[in-house]
Amino acid sequence: MAASTGGEDRALGLTGLRLEQRHLDLMVAHCLSCYPEEGCGLISGDPLTGAVTNVHPLRNAARSARIYTLDPREHLDVDLQAEARGDTILGVFHSHTHTEPYPSPTDVRQAPDPTWHYVLVGFRHEVPSVRSFHIEGGNISEETLVVLGNRI
Amino acid sequence: MAVPVRLPTVLRPAAGGQSVVAIEGETIGEVLGSLQAEYPAMSGQLLTNEGVLHRFVNVYVNDDDVRYLDKLDTPVSDADTVSIIPAVAGGAA
Repeated sequence: MAASTGGEDRALGLTGLRLEQRHLDLMVAHCLSCYPEEGCGLISGDPLTGAVTNVHPLRNAARSARIYTLDPREHLDVDLQAEARGDTILGVFHSHTHTEPYPSPTDVRQAPDPTWHYVLVGFRHEVPSVRSFHIEGGNISEETLVVLGNRI
Repeated sequence: MAVPVRLPTVLRPAAGGQSVVAIEGETIGEVLGSLQAEYPAMSGQLLTNEGVLHRFVNVYVNDDDVRYLDKLDTPVSDADTVSIIPAVAGGAA
């Protein structure tokens, strides 16, 4: 599995998404288990450092290969679990099964929170790729994924 | 009667960074109206101009989606917890 970087280097300011390899693996594994439909879920952790503590695979209520919708009841459960741990929901991940892991116009139009991290898992190529973005005011900016102290 | 209302991260800046606020009201409609009145930056983000719940917002009373209860007429008390959850969707399409 490869994780791509791009855009400006925001990691040094702790503005990238910081996570462990197991978090990446869980996101990719969940999205693969949903294939050919899009897979999705939430990530939670510390909003100050962007450090992920948990990945939460959720149901794609849309059951579609072209769109995803988080089940709002599952979202509530994750929100309550994160609150109980003192964590915050940091963002959402989902897969693009046949296109590049880059926010689509649908992703941009429906992005709910400018502070969130939007992680995309791409299956267009033989090796899955993972990229993370911020979406604010319709503008997309890619951020660095920092894995176990290694920038990848 | 003040009802605890849990806010999603996107609405917290409008409430001075608070994740939970205590809001007066005896129905969900009253609570959301009071919430917008107390924190005007939320105006238009919860209710439409027609006074109905925005489609990109889900509101729960404890474990139940108010759309499957009595919508904005759903009664609440200080023993309940109201959670506002953003609708999250997207995809390659």
